[in-house]
This record gives sequence, C-alpha cells and structure tokens, in this order.
Amino acid sequence: MSAPGYTNLNTSVNYSLNATQNGGSAPPYQNGPAQSYPSTYPASGYGAPPQHYPSSTGHCVPASSKTPIMNNDYANYYSQHQPLLPPAAGAVTAPSSYGVPQGSLPPSQPYNTANPPASGAPLYPAAYQHPYTMPSAYYGQQYPVSQAQSQQPNLMAVSSGTNNGAPLYPIVSYPSAPGSSQYGTLRSSQAPMGPGPVSGPNVIVPPGQATGQSMSMGNGPIPPSSATPAHQGYGTATLCQQSATVNGQTNALQTQTMPHYDQNLHGHMTYSYGGVPPTTQGPDGDRPLSGTPATSVHSSPGHQPGLPYRYVTNSGVSSAPVAATTPAGQSSSSSEDEDDEDEDEEAGADSSSSTTGSASPVPNSYESLEGGSYTDPASIPPPGDLSRQAPFGYSYPAMQPNYIQTAPRSNPAPSATGYHAPGYQDMSQPFPSMSQLSAALGGLSAPELTVDSLRPVNLLQERNILPPTPTAPPEPNLSTDLKNVNCSPDTFRCTLTNIPQTQALLNKARLPLGLLLHPFRDLSLPVITSNTIVRCRSCRTYINPFVSFLDQRRWKCNLCYRVNDVPDEFMYNPVTRSYGEPHKRPEILNSTVEFIASSDYMLRPPQPAAYLFVLDVSHNAVEGGYLNVFCQSLLENLDKLPGDTRSRVGFLTFDSTIHFYNLQEGLSQPQMLVVSDIDDVFIPTADSLLVNLKESKELVKDLLNALPSMFTHTQETHSALGPALQAAYKLMSPTGGRVSVFQTQLPTLGAGTLQSREDPNQRSSTKGVKHLGPATDFYKKLALDCSGQQIAVDLFLLSSQYSDLASLACVSKYSAGSIFYYPTFHHVHNPAQRDKFQKDLQRYLTRKIGFEAVMRIRCTKGLSIHTFHGNFFVRSTDLLSLANVNPDSGFAVQMSIEESLADTSLACFQAALLYTSSKGKRRIRVHTLCLPVVSQLSDVFAGADVQAITCLLANMAIDRSISSSLTDARDALLNAVVDSLAAYRANGSNLQPAGLIAPASLQLFPLYVLALLKQKALRTGTSTRLDDRVFNMCDFKSQPLWHVMRMVHPDLYRIDSLSEQRALRLNDTVVPQPPRLQLTAEKLTRDGAFLMDCGNVLYLWVGKCCSEMFIQDVLGCPNYASIPPNMTQIPELENPDSEQLRTFLSWLQETRSFCPALYVVKDEASAKSGFFQHLVEDRTESAFSYYEFLLHIQQQMTK
Amino acid sequence: MAFTFAAFCYMLALLLTAALIFFAIWHIIAFDELKTDYKNPIDQCNTLNPLVLPEYLIHMFFCVMFLCAAEWLTLGLNMPLLAYHVWRYMSRPVMSGPGLYDPTTIMNADILAFCQKEGWCKLAFYLLSFFYYLYGMIYVLVSS
Repeated sequence: MSAPGYTNLNTSVNYSLNATQNGGSAPPYQNGPAQSYPSTYPASGYGAPPQHYPSSTGHCVPASSKTPIMNNDYANYYSQHQPLLPPAAGAVTAPSSYGVPQGSLPPSQPYNTANPPASGAPLYPAAYQHPYTMPSAYYGQQYPVSQAQSQQPNLMAVSSGTNNGAPLYPIVSYPSAPGSSQYGTLRSSQAPMGPGPVSGPNVIVPPGQATGQSMSMGNGPIPPSSATPAHQGYGTATLCQQSATVNGQTNALQTQTMPHYDQNLHGHMTYSYGGVPPTTQGPDGDRPLSGTPATSVHSSPGHQPGLPYRYVTNSGVSSAPVAATTPAGQSSSSSEDEDDEDEDEEAGADSSSSTTGSASPVPNSYESLEGGSYTDPASIPPPGDLSRQAPFGYSYPAMQPNYIQTAPRSNPAPSATGYHAPGYQDMSQPFPSMSQLSAALGGLSAPELTVDSLRPVNLLQERNILPPTPTAPPEPNLSTDLKNVNCSPDTFRCTLTNIPQTQALLNKARLPLGLLLHPFRDLSLPVITSNTIVRCRSCRTYINPFVSFLDQRRWKCNLCYRVNDVPDEFMYNPVTRSYGEPHKRPEILNSTVEFIASSDYMLRPPQPAAYLFVLDVSHNAVEGGYLNVFCQSLLENLDKLPGDTRSRVGFLTFDSTIHFYNLQEGLSQPQMLVVSDIDDVFIPTADSLLVNLKESKELVKDLLNALPSMFTHTQETHSALGPALQAAYKLMSPTGGRVSVFQTQLPTLGAGTLQSREDPNQRSSTKGVKHLGPATDFYKKLALDCSGQQIAVDLFLLSSQYSDLASLACVSKYSAGSIFYYPTFHHVHNPAQRDKFQKDLQRYLTRKIGFEAVMRIRCTKGLSIHTFHGNFFVRSTDLLSLANVNPDSGFAVQMSIEESLADTSLACFQAALLYTSSKGKRRIRVHTLCLPVVSQLSDVFAGADVQAITCLLANMAIDRSISSSLTDARDALLNAVVDSLAAYRANGSNLQPAGLIAPASLQLFPLYVLALLKQKALRTGTSTRLDDRVFNMCDFKSQPLWHVMRMVHPDLYRIDSLSEQRALRLNDTVVPQPPRLQLTAEKLTRDGAFLMDCGNVLYLWVGKCCSEMFIQDVLGCPNYASIPPNMTQIPELENPDSEQLRTFLSWLQETRSFCPALYVVKDEASAKSGFFQHLVEDRTESAFSYYEFLLHIQQQMTK
Repeated sequence: MAFTFAAFCYMLALLLTAALIFFAIWHIIAFDELKTDYKNPIDQCNTLNPLVLPEYLIHMFFCVMFLCAAEWLTLGLNMPLLAYHVWRYMSRPVMSGPGLYDPTTIMNADILAFCQKEGWCKLAFYLLSFFYYLYGMIYVLVSS
C-alpha cells in the first residue's frame, strides 16, 4: 500500500481522520450536558416509590383505603379531558374506572390461575405480578421476573372475566390507576383478591376463551362501564376470539426468536424462582415447556403488543392509508375537534361500543396486511399457551443480572408469600440500564447474519457479481421486535448497520460512517394530535419506540439516558382508547410519526403558502419556448398548488429590466409595472404583487394566458437575474415561501453578473477541472438572506450554453431549494426534453411542500455529526435550516464517534423535521433509527451497507472536488475501496491469500466506485460540459439514496422476451421482472432490445437484428430501419408484448416522483453514446474496465 | 543603557501582542460558541470576519518594524506565522467582503475543529512571543 498517498487521501475523504481532529482540541459538545442527569435523577425517582411499596405490598387490606384515591385520580383524568362532563360525571366515571381495571387486571390474574396451588391464596401473587406484567409485556427485556406467569396467561384472562362478573369487589377496578407509579399499580394487584376464589374455575376454562378475554383486556376496552360487568365479559370474549388468532401469530414470532435465549431464560428462571416452592411453577398443566414459560409470562401483555404491531406495520411499513386511519381514529385525525369527540365517546360510551371500537379495526388490518408473515403456530405444542407469549419475551436475558442481584435485597415486604415476593420485587426494581438491555439485545442474531455477509468473495473470479434482483438494504442485526418498529430504510439509512464501538474501530474498518435521509418523502404515517409532545427534558429527543419505560410513570431517553416522567396525557392511548398503557401509544409503536405541534413550536403564526415565479423573458428564453410550456402547466395545476385559502401567488419577469404584475383583486386585467433601475431595485407597490390566489384566480389565469405572447418579439438579450432575485427577496421577505426561478442564460446585468469561465478545449482534460466553485458569493449571500426570511429559491436552468451553474446553484443550495437543469431545452427541436420539463413541472407544482422548516438530527451520546450534505443552511451543529422542504430531497450526514459506545449496545438516531404544512399547520415529523453497536471488526464489515456507503462517498468526493480538486476526489474514492478491502484482508477473516477478496457485504463496492468515477460529476478524460458536471454534482448532493444509486449504477434489463417467470403480481396486473444485467456491452446482443433505467432517463436500446415481431408489436414500426431516430414514447398497442412492457415501465415509474424521459436508441444512432456511457463495466479511452479496475485495486493494495 | 529603536520595537510589539492575544481568545470563544450552538453562524462570521485583517496587519506591522530594527532572530521567529497568514488569506473561500470565514462551511466539523485548533496555536504562539518580546526588550535596554 502506498503509505504516503494512503494517509493523505484518507484525510481528504475526512472520515479516517475525524477522531484525531476532533479529539485533540475539541471537547465533545453534543451530549455533554446530558450526562449529569442520569446519576441524580434516578435516585430521586426511586426514592419516592418505596414508600408506596411497603404499603401496597403489605396486604390487600390497605389497598382498599387507597382505592378511593385511585378512583379520584381516574375521575380527574376524565374530567380533565372532558370539561364538558357534568359533575355527575364523576360518579359515572367511577364505574367506568372499573371497566378499566379489568383491562389492567388480567395480567395479574393470570398469575393466580397459573399457579394451581396458589388458588388457595391467589390474591397475593396476582397483586404482585400485575404491576410489572404490564410493563413487561412491552419491555419484555426488562422484566425477567414474570416467567412463572407466562404459563398462566390463559387462566388469567378467565379470571379477569370472572372478576368482571363479580361486582362484589369493586376495589378490583383500581388496577387501572395509571397515574400511579409502579407502586401505584400494586394497588391494582389488590383487586385480584376478588378473583382469588375465582382462580379455581379459571383453570378449568378452555384456553381459547381465556386468550380471548385477555385480548380484549389488552386492547384496553377502557371505559366499558362497570355497571354491566357480565356483559362485558361476554363481549370481550367474543372479541377475543378474533384477537386470539392474532396472538397465535405473534406467538409464532416469539417462538422463532426463542431459541437464542433459551439458555438465558433457564438460568433466569431458576434463579428468580429458586426461593419459591416448586409447587408454584410446576403445577400447571400448561407448563410443559420449561424454556417457553419465560416468554409466556408476559402472555397477557404480549398479545397487546401484538396489536400495536399491526398498527405499526400498517401505517409505517406498508403505508396503507387505511390501516393508519382505522385503528387510530383520534391519532390520525389531526383536528382537535375529533379529539373532543373521542373523549366524549369514552365518557359516555357503553362497554360494547368501546370495545369494538378498539379491538375490531386492529385485527382486521393485521390479518389483511400482516397475516402471512407469522406462520409458525405449530412450533409450540400447546397453542393456547403460546398465543399469549409476548413478542418481547426473548429480551429477558438482559434483565437477569439486575434481577438476580437486586431481587433478594430489594424485597422490602417479606410478608408476601414466599414465591410471590421475588417476582414482585423484580418488578419494583429499577430496570436494568438501557445499555445492559441493549447489550443483551445487540449481538443476539449476529452469527447467522454475519456468516452470509462476511462470506469472502474473490472479486477477480466472480464474473457475475451483480445479483439479478435489486439489492435490498442490509437488515440491522436487531431483535425482531426492534427490527419491526425500526425506521424504513427508504427514509433512514446508515452506512454501517452495525455501529462500531469506538472511532478506533471505525478507522480500522476504513469505511465511512454516516446517515442517508429522505425525511419528507411521500408516505402515510400516523399523525398525532396531543397537547403535550413528550420529549426528553435534557436532550429534547422525542419519545420513540426505543426508549425504555422504567415503570408506568417514567421513561429513559435512549439518546442521553436521562430518566423522564411520563406526563398524564401520555398515559391515555388514543388508539385503543385505554388508559395506563403508555407503551402502546402510536409514538411508541412507530418509528416514523408526525405530531401536530402547538404554538410552542412557532416563532410566528404559520405562514401561508406563498409562491413567486420569476421568469426569464429575454430573447433567448422566448426562443427556447419554455414560457408557453410553463404557463400551460401552471394553468392546469393552478388548483392543485398545495395550499389553503390563504395561498398567495405572484409573478415577476425580467430581461434587462424587471417587470412586476399587479394582480390586485378587482382589476379588469393584470397590470405590468416595469422597474428599469436594476442597480437599486425597489418594489413598486406594496401588497398587490403577491396576491391571494383564490381571490385573484381569474387575473392569474389571464396573465398566464397572456404571458407567452407578450414577449414574442422581444429583442432584449440581456438578463438581469441578480436584481430580479433581489426584487423577489424583497417581495417575499414578509411572508417567506417559495421562489421558482426560470433562467435561460448567463446573467449579464446588474448585481450577480457572471462571465463565461468554461474553456471548451478543457472539457476532456485529465488534469482536473477548474471552476467547480462559485465565481461570486452574491448568490450565496442572497441565499442566506432568503433562508433567514424562510424563502427557498428553486432554480430551473434551461440553457443550451454555459450558464455558470456552479455560481447560480448557490442560490438554491443554501436556501434549501432544488435545482433542475434542461441542458438542451427547445420546445420544437427537443420534444423529449420538453416533455420531461412538462412532467417535472407537473410534479414540482403539485408535490407536497413544507415551509419554514428546520431539521434536527440527534444521536446517541458518544456519536456526533461531522458534516451535512444536501441543500440547506447549517444553523448549528445538528440543526439544518430549511426554508422549504420537499418530498424529493435527500440528505446525507457524516458521523464521527467521539466517545466510546462500549457501555451501550444500541445506537439511535433521530431526525425531527419541524415544518409548516401548506395548510398552515405546524407539524413535526420524527424518524428514529436504531442500530446495534459492535466491537468486532468483522461485525462492522458484516453490517456495511454498500449502497449507502457509495452515496456518502459520492457526497464526500464532491465536497472534496470543490474544495480541493477533482483529482484528489478521485484518488480519495479509489483509496476508500483499497483501504476498506485491505482492512478486511488485514482482519484475517479470509484464508485465501490470492486474489482480491471482499466480504459479501462489500462485493459491489469496487463496482459502485468505478461507476462513481465514471459519472459526469467525477469523470476525467471524457468530454463533459462544465454545467453538466456541476449539475450532476448538485444531484448527487440533494437526491435521495435510491435515485443516486440509479444514476450511479443504472439497471439494465433485456425486454424483448419478457416472461411471466418470477413476475410480480400486484392486484390484477402481472409485472414481469426481468433479471438485472451487468452494465457491459457484452450483455447486449444484436437480436435483443434492452432497457436501461437511469432514474431520470430510460433508454430503450434496440439491436440491429432485433426481431421484427418485437419492433412491430411494441414499437409500432414495421421494421428496424423505420424506427424514427428520436422516438420518445412507446405506443399503446393492443398485444400482450406491448402491454407487458408498458406494465413494466409504469411499474418502474410509479415508485419515483419525477417521470423519467424515455429515449428509444437505435444501435447506430448518434444518441447511443448517451446509452453507452452508462455501461460502466466497459473500458473507455480514459477509464478502466471493471476487471482492470480490480487489478488496479489489487496492485494498490500490495504496494 | 539607551532607549534604542530596537527597544522601542520590542515595546510596541509587546503591546500589540497583548492585543493579539485578546484576538486569539476572542476567536477561540467564538468558535466554541458555534460548537455549543449558542450562536448563529451567520452572525458569528459577521463578527469574526472584520477582525481577521486587522490581526494580520498588526502582526505584519511589527514584523516590518523588526525588519527595520534589524532584529533578525525575532523576525525569523515571526516569518512562519507571517507566511501562514499570507497563505491563509490567499486560499480563503470566494468572498466579496474581507475575512476568512464562510457561514455555509464553518459548521463543517473539520473546518470548525481546524479553526479552533488554529486559535489555540496562535494563542500559544502569541503568549510565548509576548514573553520573548519582554525578554528582548529588557535585553536590548540592558545591553545597549
């Protein structure tokens, strides 16, 4: 390896040196303050509860005294939420509270039932377990205790039913006491006393019923009035059967995971129950499985999580809008009115309505969407028992250490029966620290995953390295439950799905660590309306699925580890309409949620949607003819512009002067106001230039109809873009909003004038490229001013000559705008480009938009953000200021590890995007990603996400080429591959010394880097126009990952013989799935037709000897010779071949927001160079072929 | 003992270096504020940029003074910093105003760390040279 070049290059890329640079002078700043909290906080937290504890534990009796209090609390809860209720309501609520308890009780009861011997004195056990069973269900990991319970689940459900039936024990209802701390919950346990006698019968009850009941309870049919307990029992039971099936499915999940933990569980079980008389555990017939019981412990809670799951998956993953809306009537509906309604329902609702409401939607959605996923019911003999198992069950092992140690000592209440006590105490114990939990979780499934992704691949011998199917992002090595709630890789991706523990380890791996974000992409997600948005008090992290609940009242932040209180409002779950289940709130079940923010999140009243169009009308622009296309598009989409009744719109045209348009309502026609003083731009009239779209729609339409013809005979060739932008800034600064600039040439007048810097003779120079940076900081400063006023500038450049995009792009880059470039636009001569422009405009005008946005990215203590990539202004170390945010922009973030993560095994990242919707609502979209932390180099390699790495490297290389030179950037890219492969080899993970070995996870790395080096942005030696190059760079920096990957490495398919083999069946249509081909001319045959998908462009290459059948059927031409040279669409012909191809094309298109342009390329056409430049594995005059590149890498490695 | 031009140069340099020390401290504080999110980078750059040239000019000024006083050793000690200043200003980002710091790139962790390190190094250099000038002044006063 070349020692000197090696280090230097790395530094250029940044990532290898981060540690040293930051480490020296800069203290870790990010998480610093948070550290102090944990130590102090927990102490106080724990201190208080103990007092309650003894009292509650003491016996059932005291509970009764407390119960009234509980009731009050409960009543208060309702009264708070429902001010409307008459005082009498208080009385009413009391019964309702009873209903609630049922929900909570069940967990406790199961315990009783489970232990047949206990039947004699069932009261105690129930009481004790109850408190923690609830949490355990959710955080299975934390509560090791409950194993004994697990077997009982069925029984417990029954008992609950009986409880309901027996009004005798009103006290029972208390368990609901959500407000109470863990200890508070103990009171609820007292309730079981009632059931105690019942326990006997419970055992008898068939498991099926039991589960059903438990289910209903789990769902938290909160308010079911206590008045009709018997009925409730029935109602729940029926519901249960539905749910029971669900449980079964969830159980299956658990069972799969179980094996890993068996050992732990056993150990744990023995330990915790060691003191307990054997009778407690053994007696149940249900128990047969020693290993399983642990999981079953949580059974009652377990199925509850199951419900939420469905919800999660529906809303988040599958993104079916239905799912999101149905289960979360309240949550999804943003309006407060609905909230009120819901509350009313709760208060007044009879039991039946409430239960159905909560339970029914869930199972349905679950079955429809997720039904197939869990098919393992047979795995465990007694299905009834298993059904109860909590999905989180396997997490227990982590708990054990704490459990064991603490349990014995902590037992403050010896009074409790022998075996109950230990379990109970465990509950009361502070839960194991996040780190411990995560430690246990982290490496769980590692072995299997690593094996495959670490499989050494000899790149030189692997001829067909590209898998025929699209590569899926690697799955983080997490437990299934965490995996299921984790953020979608489309939204949030990390280059290393196993986060290295230390910067040293990261440096050893020679891979960049970073995130790729697509935060505002179009998706349906749960929307939460809540008065209090629960956040960590020290680091302001939003509550998310990866926090840990220490008990009912406290949660521990997963980023800074501070312990926070759970606010009362959070105890109520709007989805199931139950109280006391903070762990089932949508925030906890979804890693992507959206909050409706209160006025706390506003610096000013939410701005209206405001759009200003700045149009170039110089001779050059008119000649190109874009104005007509633009006006037509806008006219068509005027009603679809996102916004509400406050939406405002304005127009401004410029050549050597600036023209404003007065569109004041009441005018008979638009008035044009010309400002010719471009050195000192002023706004001619104050408020009639940016007008309410609704009020002035007719005038706007008139203007759009008139605009194209107004300038047809202009002779003005100058362009005063700078002054026009200044005018736009002045016009928009009171409101903020979006400025869309259409420019067709180099600005030649006024501020911001640019000169041509490109030397056409240097286009194919191999010595590096100059002028990649801006020529002036005018546009950058303007962009910063705009950003400060919440204005984003989107640039449409439609120029066939050099326009110095490097300078112009700054105006969009730093104001969070987007850049569009149509290099050879002409409305007549280039119809493909025109169509593309039209379709892009259509999308651009109608796509979702967020105004005055900021995005903050938080990460686990120890990690820090190094650099951001994308279009925005960085306002502080972790805060991006985005004047506008659009669904098509992606961001990349480089991370560094400032402190060792050795004390945790999960690293979390949270991106929170606060924005004003086009309807004037302030919203917060939160994405949370959770990844395991590893300490082994091989694990780091196993978790490498080669696509994300490629994207991040591309961003880094582009920064490098602008700040340093293109040659540097290219060397850095090459070194990135060489270093990482050398690091892998040095790791000794392969035994074959010969050849070029890469782990399977990185086998595409050299290919992708070679492809990167052949991109317009980074290539040398091939003639590339400077603007094309710069635009390509902008694209890399601002596009989401999937788009970048398609640009870098397009997909190539053979399409003249599409078959239904391996086809994808969606609804009624069959989408053929031809295998992906490698990007080499070797794969092209003269008798075939091939489709290349480059993201923005589709090429359909037709070989010379392509069968005439295909040409006739699909292209509609009689033979090859008659295919027109600039064909840009596929005719709609009525035959299977054509239909198949068109389904395939539309399937390719439906996932992307901008419609790609299609070019039909004939073999001999001159246009084929556009096609062939994407065959990155082939040799060109100035660049390696893939094989040569591999040899080059090998050579570099041995140096 | 006589009050020579060299002694005057040292006295002047002593005073100016004290000023430069304040400049360096100011820079360090400013970058630390950026790092801890207290300040908006635009504001911070606007306050820092006007200070850059004065600092460089002050340093250059007493270098010239030492040149005139023929204090070669002192001048030699200062040359590296002088050269660094020239290089630094030549390679600054495209800016219309004076100064070095670009609000759009200053938050880049590498650049921020570099600036902070630069601040500390300069502070150390100025402190050392402060005492050196003190010594030099006394030495010149005593020896002549």
